[in-house]
Amino acid sequence: MIAAEWVKFRTVRGWVLAAAAAAVAVAVLGLAGGGAQGSCAGSSCAPLLGQGGEPVSDSFYFVHQALTGNGAVTVRVGPLASTVTQRRQGAHRVPVPWAKAGIIIKASLQGGAAYAAVMVTGGHGVRLQDDFTGDIAGPAMTAGWLRLARAGDTAWTRVGAVTLPGLPATVQGGLFVTSPQYTQVALGVAQISGDPSQSTAAFSHVALGWPAGRWTGTDVGAAGPASGPATGYTTEGGTFTVTGSGDIAPVTDGPSGPGVTLAQTLGGVFVALFILAVVGAVFITAEYRRGLIRVTLAACPRRGRVLAAKACVIGLVAFAAGLAGTAVAVPLGQRVLRSRGVYLPPVTALTEARVIAGTAVALAACAVLAVAVGVIARRGAAAVAVVTALIVAPYVLAVPVPVLPLGAADWLMRVTPAAAFAVEQTVTRYPQVDDVYAPAYGYFPLAPWAGLAVLLAWAAAALTVAYVLLARRDA
Amino acid sequence: MRRAVRAEWLKTWSDPGTPWLLGALLAASAAVSAVTIAASRCPAAGCGQDPARISLAGVYLAQAVAALAGVAAIGGEYGTGMIRVSLAAVPRRTRLLAAKALVLAGPVLAASAAAAGASTAAGLLVLPGRGFTPGHGFDLLSGGMWRAAGCAALYLTLVALLGLGVTAAVRDPAAAAGTVLGLLYLFPVAAGLAGPALQRRLEQAGPMTAGLDSLATAGQGGLPLTPWQGLGVAALWAAAALLGGGAVLRWRDA
Repeated sequence: MIAAEWVKFRTVRGWVLAAAAAAVAVAVLGLAGGGAQGSCAGSSCAPLLGQGGEPVSDSFYFVHQALTGNGAVTVRVGPLASTVTQRRQGAHRVPVPWAKAGIIIKASLQGGAAYAAVMVTGGHGVRLQDDFTGDIAGPAMTAGWLRLARAGDTAWTRVGAVTLPGLPATVQGGLFVTSPQYTQVALGVAQISGDPSQSTAAFSHVALGWPAGRWTGTDVGAAGPASGPATGYTTEGGTFTVTGSGDIAPVTDGPSGPGVTLAQTLGGVFVALFILAVVGAVFITAEYRRGLIRVTLAACPRRGRVLAAKACVIGLVAFAAGLAGTAVAVPLGQRVLRSRGVYLPPVTALTEARVIAGTAVALAACAVLAVAVGVIARRGAAAVAVVTALIVAPYVLAVPVPVLPLGAADWLMRVTPAAAFAVEQTVTRYPQVDDVYAPAYGYFPLAPWAGLAVLLAWAAAALTVAYVLLARRDA
Repeated sequence: MRRAVRAEWLKTWSDPGTPWLLGALLAASAAVSAVTIAASRCPAAGCGQDPARISLAGVYLAQAVAALAGVAAIGGEYGTGMIRVSLAAVPRRTRLLAAKALVLAGPVLAASAAAAGASTAAGLLVLPGRGFTPGHGFDLLSGGMWRAAGCAALYLTLVALLGLGVTAAVRDPAAAAGTVLGLLYLFPVAAGLAGPALQRRLEQAGPMTAGLDSLATAGQGGLPLTPWQGLGVAALWAAAALLGGGAVLRWRDA
């Protein structure tokens, strides 16, 4: 049966050419790297790396002094006041939930150096954060007493304890304020405007458990004097008023991210998907159109087998075409992008293999779904339209042409077969960073394998319906 | 010509698929628009969203159905050989295609207008409660919303005519559906992959990207085309497809 169906596929030149074109489209468009151009040459634009090798941002206003050995800093910090300066509206107050003010001890003033900090935030209560990715929630208050101690302290509402391996004996400790980019999302994510925000907090009753030295103010990680809002600090009667801008957090790959994701090399997958869906639908509807289906069913009266053989052949063809394309596009496309100076966040070899193979599986499942829809609809045009509406349209609306609001885009990428594109996801979502976590930036609402499972469930359901209809209906 | 139109009208409405297709157009438009309207919020002044595009988001899916209606208008006849009977009855081939275009455009325009009108009405009812208020810089009642709804209905009709023209040229319904949907959906994807300069050009040239610029009531300064220019590009695509289809129909054996 499978051999018969394979001969049918192989002898139609248009189908073979289309499958080959799908593979070539993935490979060539992948090598084009999606046309992304790096803004900087060579390795000079590599972002700051944190302790775990992940890209981080590390900029804040720091009132600090050198502290040696164990000790504690205690301070009363007032609520944060954040403003954003926008071209149209000028400076105005906005809520910045992840603006931070508090106490930090840091191995050095170098960006990316190890740190632990306890802070109040604009909208997420008290937090204890360390080394960019660590985040422990404390009481939900916006102002109050904070204490950060090196080596043990239990007399207070304890937020948590963290271990910083390799912290030098002398660290820089003190007060800090930072305030991340203020981002507004317009319709979908097609129009995003972001502006740096700045936040101010008052620190009073600073008690230092270390021998006191002189406080110094440093704008850590500032790109240049004119790069952002004014920052600095003033003291008056023991109260420090500190204004800062920036963030101490892992970098996410949203609109303000430093580069592109691995999915940028997979632009051609969409073209291949379209081609393979049309081929899959026509593979069966052409038989209905020409009446060949009656010959096929006379040759093999067990109709379930006919359907299974067709699904196997088209699935394997689509898998092979997809794999051939992605196996070229992903490794070589990354090289092309890097040679153009585009930053790609590092991924493990396992993730890369998952993206390559998972994308091929997704293409195969889409082609099988198209065959099943073709059996159900029996008309080529209708089958093509249904498959397009099920897979292509949700993907277009959520990823390359993000016109839908984020909630709707997330919802589409959960329930439609297009959820399978989550298999291309290589980015990490950090709850302690506000960003536009949209499918358009590679943040899918489902985990990679869960997304693929949604598509496989659709394909299985469609095959079941197709089997029932094929068995019951006259051909 | 009148008799050709009457004949086409009879053929169209005696096909059980026609009401289904028009119903599917309404359903597709309503479903996507409802989800989008339900998910929209405008929390602060200058949230930059466009209430017309939110309300009419269903067009993005409904256009697939409209294209299918265009394909079905002539594709079915090629599938069954009916086209030879039609051409024997109306030997002037361009007249046959013109009659088909008229009979296709009328019902599709009516269904699209109903779909766009319902979506816009839903948007006008729901969106003011979601922060799209005059205080946030929106004047929903100024007529821009209804202008956008009209553009959406015209756009869907043009897509159906594009489908008719392409099918007359390609003759195989499945291949024609693939071609039309590819023209619609692949342009924006290709534009997204291209560099910024080429991207704007591709968005100006693609039937969907240009045609749907006509839905904008806010932020038009940043768009590649003004509404009427956008609709004009879509009309050019439909006209080119109909001319090409007419030429093929005229000079080739059916």
